[in-house]
Amino acid sequence: MALRGNLRDFTITQLLNLINLARKTGTLVVEGPNETAQAFFREGKLAFAQIGREDTSLAHILFKANKLSAGQYKAIQQRGNSVSDKELGLLLINAGYVSQDDILANLQQYSTDVIHRLFTWVEGFFRFDNDQLPPDDRINVRLDLENLIIEGSRQLREWEQLQDEIPSLDMALKFTARPDANMRNVNLNVEEWRVVSYINPKNTIRQIGNAAKMNDLEIRRIVYGLLQAGLVEICRPEGVPIPQPVRVFPTEDKEEQKTLVNRLITRIRSL
Amino acid sequence: MQTVKMVVTGPFSAGKTEFIKSVSEIDVVSTERKISTKAEKTVKEATTVAMDFGRITVDEDLVLYLFGTPGQKRFDFMWEILSEGMLGFIVLVDSTRPETFREARSILETFRAYAPTPYVVAANKQDMNDAWELEDMRHALRLDPKVKFLSCVAMDRDSVKTILLELLYSILAEMESGEK
Repeated sequence: MALRGNLRDFTITQLLNLINLARKTGTLVVEGPNETAQAFFREGKLAFAQIGREDTSLAHILFKANKLSAGQYKAIQQRGNSVSDKELGLLLINAGYVSQDDILANLQQYSTDVIHRLFTWVEGFFRFDNDQLPPDDRINVRLDLENLIIEGSRQLREWEQLQDEIPSLDMALKFTARPDANMRNVNLNVEEWRVVSYINPKNTIRQIGNAAKMNDLEIRRIVYGLLQAGLVEICRPEGVPIPQPVRVFPTEDKEEQKTLVNRLITRIRSL
Repeated sequence: MQTVKMVVTGPFSAGKTEFIKSVSEIDVVSTERKISTKAEKTVKEATTVAMDFGRITVDEDLVLYLFGTPGQKRFDFMWEILSEGMLGFIVLVDSTRPETFREARSILETFRAYAPTPYVVAANKQDMNDAWELEDMRHALRLDPKVKFLSCVAMDRDSVKTILLELLYSILAEMESGEK
């Protein structure tokens, strides 16, 4: 029977465990709410992974990792698709721009990061296509899944805790009115400052995450830290129409509504 | 007949069913089932799976319904349904179980996201020896100083009355501030 199902029933960590134990070869396709991810495996080891339409070419990965300069990257791009990743890798090594270790380490890091992002997916459908391998022109890595699974389990726990703390990303943030809270005396890292710079009751946490180019886990992690430090608090976003509760009062008349509440107060007092 | 409703929410075993039982004029219509998991069984034997339902008749034209939400997370799909049209809500927290504070905070945020209605937070089981101090709980729950955070004993009718009244005062205050 084909390996397919819903992430609600079978998590990414459980899937990786199964692929590892069964030493499977093939492609895991996960269709999330917004994009699709693919992870390729050979005999239970991760060969390559990608999410959505991200540029996964070797040149782009090395450029993002600062192993290639903007000029070198542009020159490679101008050559178009005439050179495969494997050929490009050889060219770069022979030209002395990067070492073989650089290439493998960065490809491993890229695929590892993709899997880490996948761990935050809790909704979606998956299927495992047996024997479907990554395209021939890709440089495959051989990543043991054990460490990824352990890291994934940790991340899943953290994700669950963060979801408990910040259940909705559609709420906004505002700075607390505490007179003793002074942002200048707080040691924030670059990522945290980026988030802080967007804090405004008009921006939802989701919008801040998008603007700061952070995934749900990353933005939740930073917001959680700011909440714990007492620097910010969650509020309803400004300018967003407040969802009108479904007929709270049986009457539209404001005076009648007040009278009704007063009747309730009188009744409760008399209990 | 006019009807209004309030929701009593909070983590598993916070005392929601007891809270409603204390003031309801009818036997609470409870949807309790025996608990299946070992960890939860050590806390209590049965839990609410759909909702609790209590009633207070105000006069011949007006009835207040009290809905208690299921506390276990796997039944949280009921929360949004129960929150529809509520006048306000009460978040009940077990003062003796700090391990539930984070969940209480999460439930509070979830209900705030559903509807912008007034709410109060009640620290239940304050009569127990191992109950946390209110001020410590306020910090642990990260409650804004403006949020009403009240001591509560859900089995004591007067205590429950106070919580309901405080919520009604908040509702009234919000209506009056909205007119300014």
